[in-house]
Order: sequence, then structure tokens, then C-alpha cells
Amino acid sequence: MLPCTGRIDEALLLKAFENGADGVMVVGCLEGDCHYISGNIRARARVKRVYAILEQIKIGPNRIRMYNLSAGEGSKFAAYANEFVDQIVELGPSPINLARGGGVQAAKEEETT
Amino acid sequence: MITGTPKPIDEVLEMLEPYDNIILAGCHGCVTVCRVGGEKEVQVLASTLRLAREASGKKIEIREVSLERQCDPEYVEQMRPYVEDYQAVLSIACGAGIQFLAEKITTTPLLPGINTGFLGVTERQGEWTERCQGCGDCVLHLTGGICPVTRCAKSLFHGPCGGSVRGICEVDKEIKCGWQLIIDRLVALDQMENYGKLKPYKGWNSARDGGPRRIIREDMI
Amino acid sequence: MKSGSNLEKVLAAGHLSVTAECGPPRGANPDIVRKKAAFVKGHVDACNVTDNQTAVVRMSSLAGCMLIKEEGIEPLIQMVVRDRNRIALQSDLLGAAAMGVRNLLCLSGDHQKFGDDPQAKNVFDIDSMQLIHMTKMMRDEGVFPSGDKLDGAPKFFIGCAVNPFADPFEIRVPRLKLKMEAGADFVQTQCIYNMTKFKEYMELALKEGLPEKIKILAGVTPLKSAGMAKFMRRMVAGMDIPDEVVKRIADEPKEKQAAKGIEMAIEQIQELKEIEGVSGIHVMAIEWEEKLEEIIGGAGLLPRPVVE
Repeated sequence: MLPCTGRIDEALLLKAFENGADGVMVVGCLEGDCHYISGNIRARARVKRVYAILEQIKIGPNRIRMYNLSAGEGSKFAAYANEFVDQIVELGPSPINLARGGGVQAAKEEETT
Repeated sequence: MITGTPKPIDEVLEMLEPYDNIILAGCHGCVTVCRVGGEKEVQVLASTLRLAREASGKKIEIREVSLERQCDPEYVEQMRPYVEDYQAVLSIACGAGIQFLAEKITTTPLLPGINTGFLGVTERQGEWTERCQGCGDCVLHLTGGICPVTRCAKSLFHGPCGGSVRGICEVDKEIKCGWQLIIDRLVALDQMENYGKLKPYKGWNSARDGGPRRIIREDMI
Repeated sequence: MKSGSNLEKVLAAGHLSVTAECGPPRGANPDIVRKKAAFVKGHVDACNVTDNQTAVVRMSSLAGCMLIKEEGIEPLIQMVVRDRNRIALQSDLLGAAAMGVRNLLCLSGDHQKFGDDPQAKNVFDIDSMQLIHMTKMMRDEGVFPSGDKLDGAPKFFIGCAVNPFADPFEIRVPRLKLKMEAGADFVQTQCIYNMTKFKEYMELALKEGLPEKIKILAGVTPLKSAGMAKFMRRMVAGMDIPDEVVKRIADEPKEKQAAKGIEMAIEQIQELKEIEGVSGIHVMAIEWEEKLEEIIGGAGLLPRPVVE
């Protein structure tokens, strides 16, 4: 459990990709509204660094993105989630999952069979 | 502290090309403080390398370790029980630490994961600047606490040269003229008499020019 | 006489000295030096030969000195501490003295960053102040810095450079004093365009009694164009060219700017001649040696005195 996006660090985000994620969506509180003052600002910087790493190693930087929401914006959350999922589906499985022969594509194939 | 910068990931990947299981070794000393070779950086670099290698179809196994210090023998020894199980050690400690590992662990190749920088200080998060070249003969008492060897681009002992403009060194507009700093400080301390004296030729034999250096403190042996 | 050089004699006799400079070529062709020498000959008391100025590789200063000496000009060797440690500096001092070079200018040297080998390792083993001191010790005491006796002391008229306009202004005169105390016999200044500031500098120097102890040779560089003035102002550290100087040349049509530059240089020399404590004029006509006669003659400084 993460108490705050401020707890997220680069290693954790990269771990998600190692564990087979095709994309990682980080959702934090609105900027200026962090209960811990600047947790979400720090998270944004870390997401940016991971974005750069993913670009360097050709996993594709667009597989990670940070969103900011307040707890009351349920429908907005749903819209963001759908938007991000569409983006990842568009990109297809990550090169890691391709190498492992799995991921979105495999899941889709599974669905159709 | 000793500072450093990460090597470009492509350069590290090229170094690792022949290997499929390695140790990635960090250090809890200086490189942790300047965020280039500590436990966190080990985790991030290990993940990055695993992802890159797996995506390219050539998986690599990485054992992540962080030693208390790579420049002290007792901590280096902690690696000995398992180091033989791996084909190489990638170290993200400073050049001293990497070499010390290489010296103690003779059967496994050692690879540098960072470029070691300088003896410096933290200006703010993410910015470090040089202060000392370890020349072995400190003159800070004569120069207002500002080192002419390090802070002057020409290491002049009677600066500033003609390239000092409005306190900035001609070499880089981000670099303050060391001699302007020295003079400002001497004026503030009312020690300008130090400026007007001819200083003896620097003995560089106590610096690197005398060959690799050694400190022996008889009282501690 | 410390060195017996012509420059030293001219100054000792109380004449206003004239020096110029020759930049050696970017290649091994000696004719380029000879050609420049022909423009200089007879118009100066000694001619500086620069030492890889702005850290751009050129024919060595000593070789350039020998070439102009063959043409009958008294050489003044420039020596920077950027490229040579104290071993090489001592050796080159002995070599230059052995070849009959009698005038020396001790410099730090521009940082290698500005040259064509910015990745070069710099030396700066001793600084220019210490080079002055070392040469004086070798000349006057006949010993190496190590204390060993020299078999033949190098007899140099020792010079240094100052930039009266560089920051911080308040240490510029103390720094000249320090160079004098280290052993400098003469000083050549950075090109002077800001007369007001230079006069202020000279007043301070006079107050310290410096002109009695060190010959001050005022630097003049003729401007070829308004473009050159603006370029120098922007690119050369510590170069002080007042707006009215730039405006005066910029107001001329392009084809008349060079002539204006020469006219202004002559006026500058006339004005410098009148300043108390100025012992000579150092004309740095950068890649414009062919105008030296016009400038020096125009300022009424020809023919050069012959002092035995």
C-alpha cells in the first residue's frame, strides 16, 4: 500500500515493468493539494526520470504517465484510466512482454480463442 | 565528498555485453550522498539493465549489493563468499572503490558504472561543485579560505589573470573567478597583505605529480 | 645594463621606446615571418614574437625570434607558463639567451579552451609572477631555482604584461607592484582605448612610485573596422573599448574605417606620450604589420634612436 505518490521511487516504477506491466499510470493528488506538502511534486520528478530511462533503453517513454486528481473526481479518474489504457493498447505489448511472449497481445489472443 | 556522474546507459550495456550474470555493487559512502552510487541507484540501474537486456532478447541476472564502503578492506571482504558465482562485478562506487574491489577480487573482472568526478560540495539538490584537488599542501589560511589551485582555471598563485571579468572566469560564464573571490574575502578579512607577497613555487611533488601518494600515520599503525 | 638589449638601452637613455609584435605563422613557412619582419624593420626598438597566442598552435616563439633576428630586428621572446613546466621554461630561457635573445615577456597564456586543442592538458606549474622571479634569479644570481650554479647566466631584460582595465580594478596597481618586486624591468599593457581609466591607473602607479622602477610601455592596437572593435569588445576578456571610440569609427563609411582606425591609433599614441610615467609605446597591429610605419611615423616616432 502506498500512502502517497511521494513514496513512489524510480526503482518501484521500473519494477512494475520488470513484473510485466505494459504501462504504468501514476495518479496523485492535485498539485498544491498534497497532504504531505510536496509528495506529488516529487512523484512527478521521479516519473519524469523513469520516462527518460524508458526512452534510453527503447522500452518506450509513453508507457508511463502521471495524472493528478482529487479524491472526489471519480468520473475523471475513469476517463483518465480509459485514456491511458487506450494509449497502451495502441502501443502494444512492451518489448519485455514481447520477449517473454506475453502481454497485451497474448492476452488479446487469449480472449479471441 | 567524492562526486560522480552515471555513465551513459549504452556504454554500460556495451561493457556488459559478454556477461549474463553479474553483481551490481553500490557504496554507502560519498556516492550515496551525491546520488550516483548508493542503494537506490543500484536498484534503479539493475532494473534498467535487466529491462534493456531482456527487451533485446539476452537476459541478464543481476545480484544487487551495497557495501558500507568499497574503499575499506573489511567491507570488500563481504563480497568474497559469493563473488565467484558471477562473471563480473559492475561497481558504481568512485574510482577508488572500484579499484580497491578489483585489487582484492582478482579472479572477476571489475567494470565501472560511473565516471568519478571531483572532491566537491553540494550547492543544492542535483548540483555539486569542486573545492579541492588534494594537492597535499594546503594554503587556505593565506587565501581567505578559497583554494587558488582548484578555483582558478589556471591554478595561479598570483591571480587574477586578464581573463577575469566582473568576477567571472573567461573559461565559462558559470564559473566565478577564484581570484576575485579570494580578493573579496581578503578585503573583507582585512588581510590584503597576504596578496602583496610573492608566494614560493608550489611543490607539486605532494600532489599527483610526485606519483601515486601514500599516507602513513605511525601513531595509528 | 642588465641585459644590454637595444630596448633596455633606448629606455635607459630616456627615449620613448617603440615595440611591435609579430605573430608567427600557423605552419613551418619561414617566409611569412620574414615578410612581416620587413614591415617591422627600422621602425621599432624590439619586436615581440608571440607564444601560441590564444592557445592556437603556431611556429614556436624562439624560432620566430631567430627568423626576425636574422632580418636585423631585435627580438623580444614571449613565454607562457601554460604549456611548459619549470624544467622546460628554464631550458628555453637558456636556449633563447644562448641564441642572443635579450628581451623576455613573461605571461600566463590564454587558457587552452580558446585554442584549437581545448582537450589539451595545461601545465601552470609556476605562474607568470614566478617566471619573472625565476628569470631574475637566474640572471642576477647565476643560479637555477634548485640552487645549482649556472654555466653562463641568461641575460634578459625582463618584461611582464598587465591589463589596466581587468577586474578587480583596485588590485591592478598592487599587482604591477608585485611584478616589479618579483623582478620585472618593464611592462607592456593591454591595448588602451579607455584613456580616462588608463590615466587613473597611471596616477595610482605614480603614487606608488612605480614608473621609476619599472618601464611602462603603453599598448596600442589600431582598429581595422567598427566590426573589429565590436568583436574585440565582445570576445576579448577585459577589453575596454568605450562607446565613443566605437562610434567614431562606425560613423565612417566602411571603406574609410581602416584609415580612421590608423588616425585614431596615432592620436592615441600622441595622447599616451604626454602621460607622465609612460616610457614607451607597444603597437600591436594584429595581422596588419604593413601599417606599422604609417602609425609609428605618423606619431612622430621615426626614425628610431641609435644608442650605443
